[in-house]
Amino acid sequence: MGMMGTGVTGAGGRRLLGAAAFLLAGVFALVPARAIEIQRVVSPGGVEAWLVEDHTNPIISVRFSFDGGAALDPEGREGLAEMVSSLLDEGAGDLDSQAFQRRLEDLAVRLRFDAGRDTFGGHLRTLTKNRDAAFDLLRLALTAPRFDDEPVSRIRDQILAGLRRDQENPNTIASRTLLRALFPDHPYGRPVGGTPESITAITTGGLKRFVKQRLARANVAIGVVGDITPEVLARLLDSTFGGLPERAAPGRVPETKPAASNEIIVVTKPVPQSAIVFGQEGIKRDDPDFYAAFVMNYVLGGGGFTSRLYGEVREKRGLAYSVYSSLYPLDRAALILGGAGTANARVAETLSVVREEWRRLAAGGLTVNELADAKTYLTGSFPLRFTSSGRIASMLVGMQRDNLGIDYLERRNSYIEAVTLDDVNRVARRILRADRLIVVVVGEPDGVTSVR
Amino acid sequence: MRVRLRRAWPAACALALLLLAPGPEGSAGAGVFDPETFTLKNGMAVVVIPNHRVPVVTHMVWYKVGSADEPPGKSGTAHFLEHLMFKGTRKLASGEFSRILARNGGRENAFTSHDYTGYYQSIAVDRLEMVMEMEADRMTNLVFDAKEVEPERQVIFEERRNRTGNNPSALLAEHVNATLYLNHPYRRPIIGWEHEIRGLTIADLMSFYRRWYVPNNAILVVAGDITAEKLRPLAEKTYGRIPAAPARPRVRPGEPPHRAARRVTLKDPRVRQPSWSRTFLAPSYTEGATEHVYALQVLAEILGGATGPLYRSLVVEQKLAVSAGAYFEPDRLGPGTFGFYASPRPGVSMEKLEAAMEAELARVVDKGVTGKEARRAKGRLQAEAVYARDSLGTGARVLGGALAIGLTVEDVESWPERIGAVTVPEINAAARDVLGQAASVTALLLPADKG
Repeated sequence: MGMMGTGVTGAGGRRLLGAAAFLLAGVFALVPARAIEIQRVVSPGGVEAWLVEDHTNPIISVRFSFDGGAALDPEGREGLAEMVSSLLDEGAGDLDSQAFQRRLEDLAVRLRFDAGRDTFGGHLRTLTKNRDAAFDLLRLALTAPRFDDEPVSRIRDQILAGLRRDQENPNTIASRTLLRALFPDHPYGRPVGGTPESITAITTGGLKRFVKQRLARANVAIGVVGDITPEVLARLLDSTFGGLPERAAPGRVPETKPAASNEIIVVTKPVPQSAIVFGQEGIKRDDPDFYAAFVMNYVLGGGGFTSRLYGEVREKRGLAYSVYSSLYPLDRAALILGGAGTANARVAETLSVVREEWRRLAAGGLTVNELADAKTYLTGSFPLRFTSSGRIASMLVGMQRDNLGIDYLERRNSYIEAVTLDDVNRVARRILRADRLIVVVVGEPDGVTSVR
Repeated sequence: MRVRLRRAWPAACALALLLLAPGPEGSAGAGVFDPETFTLKNGMAVVVIPNHRVPVVTHMVWYKVGSADEPPGKSGTAHFLEHLMFKGTRKLASGEFSRILARNGGRENAFTSHDYTGYYQSIAVDRLEMVMEMEADRMTNLVFDAKEVEPERQVIFEERRNRTGNNPSALLAEHVNATLYLNHPYRRPIIGWEHEIRGLTIADLMSFYRRWYVPNNAILVVAGDITAEKLRPLAEKTYGRIPAAPARPRVRPGEPPHRAARRVTLKDPRVRQPSWSRTFLAPSYTEGATEHVYALQVLAEILGGATGPLYRSLVVEQKLAVSAGAYFEPDRLGPGTFGFYASPRPGVSMEKLEAAMEAELARVVDKGVTGKEARRAKGRLQAEAVYARDSLGTGARVLGGALAIGLTVEDVESWPERIGAVTVPEINAAARDVLGQAASVTALLLPADKG
């Protein structure tokens, strides 16, 4: 959906009386953890899942994630994990592709898989009445996918068509170019979705090997939310995941640091609006300064209609519809990324405003008020992440992958509260290096050329 | 901005359709969302959808006005106004609304469609009153300052480039719309034509605001950890204080009979993957042969999807296409659309793809669907109505959207039963009526000619 609506500008002055009074109510009594009770369920066979029981609706959401994603795709076979993710529901066990899909439809079950740089995951959504059959389809997809010739060739053609479409999209071209520039010699620099050559080179043997080697009991995190008891879940965990091998084949992505240079890469495309993306080294999820960086990024470009980038680029100057920054921690590296879309004639101005904001935050830090506002937003909005069972299930998986502990929800806001102005300003100086920002522009920008 | 044409993204259509036309599992007596409703003295309708998972609410105000209500020559007014609603009021400086909301842990956004404009916030329930106070404030006190309007016009141009100028299939969709509707304002893009956005004046925006942003033309929807009993006093002391304005009917030019099939072709050097579509004018919930509207939803569910005849025949069996499907958009105040789309595999000509699609369409019109197909499709649709209860925002979006085009809560709540009651002869009659029309719009997105 992207950014919508509109926004925000500094102006000061008149205030709605009632609203001003509300401003004082800064501290949130509300802790979502109270409403969201997480249980650790371990099956007799040793498969673990985190569960939030909720019997309000006859719905069960399951989210799971295996360690090891596209970064482990073999050289020249980029897109392998992605292609597997599109094929696991295209025939498994005795069911060919159409039979499997028909079964999903008739049970009103949604089953999807997805590949990231570090993970291979998926989600299952079912009505309670079709619960056992739904979990059984997941079992089949994970343990007995068929990879018949017809679906393999069909999905390959669909992925290739998607890659052709990507070539029409300046944002996609920009992101791929930026990742390649940040990680020139590392798997993170390779496209998750592959290339026409690599997708064409993937064989059925390679797809089968992926399933055999990567999907295992020891490297999966599972989150379940909805109308199911721990007892029933324990049984289904064994029947669903118990058939997987104990351990995945060894495969490790090396630790790395992204390239840092004052670089502009222009990719010429005939479009009226240039897609701009930029990035540099960020901060990892387990870094002690992660929460300080999280607060910093909110102020810089993470906060919807109130961030500095939003105010300077969009509100004051009307340079872009969308402008943002975000932390992008990976398992073996970390980035801070940002982007904007600007008419070709105004790219140079947008870039100079972005760099200036980068410098200003690194040099001057946050104001006391900015810090306070960021904290009340980040703590107060936390419960808004718990508004659907699928989102909660994803959070349960994320908490396990990041080793945050089962009581994380109760502690999370205290981590935000504990961030001091010194913390934020230290981390801003550490991360935000305007002179080492790699910038990619896709379009026909006036007066901007590639600089290395 | 945003509720744009969902058809720009065919894959999302089936789901979007369901979200706009939800219902539960038809268990006797139980509704889809079980909302509570009441009306304020000034005529503002209120819908409350209880959901007590976490102590938060989604608060939405829907205005029964959209881009199709703009005066001729003033396209983009509704959307431009939506942007300006985030600027200052007589009580709050520009951007204060968003800053106060954020400081209180709230998230917000807004959207404009052909038929309605909506504003929403999600926030802890103990901050709801503050949000209502601010939303009521900008219903009447908006300030139109040239210093704010001009940069925002540039932002809207960037939005238009982002959504349309940079995207050949969106450019084509704009032309398809302008071709499909001969006279109805649905032919204009929601965001507006560039030259008309450029010409909009503060007076244009202000008069649109004054005319339409009144409580008796608005619907309040609150979903979450709240009840009607608790909401009513808050609504009375915020929105309830705004006086009603004289009711103004929404008068729009209608469509004449369509006689001619039309073709629209965009050849663009950026295109790497061609695509084909055919769009028929169709009944909606509110206009045309409305008796077909539930049968057409079942028909679209049968035809679309991974095991539907289009995907099975064109993609799986004949291997002509990488994608193929159908969709139906009934949730309109004006005429609806029924559409088909496909994208060829490499080496397959557009002529061949079109012929194969036409053969499938002819088969549906001539032979109809089977009882088994209808049963399966109805079951899937009814299940979606159960899933629709899960998320906080879905009920608010569905009920707000329905009421904004003049449907009732009962229409939404009884959707599963009405879907369940659809018969095969009804589906076949609806298919003949809509897909049997000669006058459709066929659109081709192609790479530019070489050389």
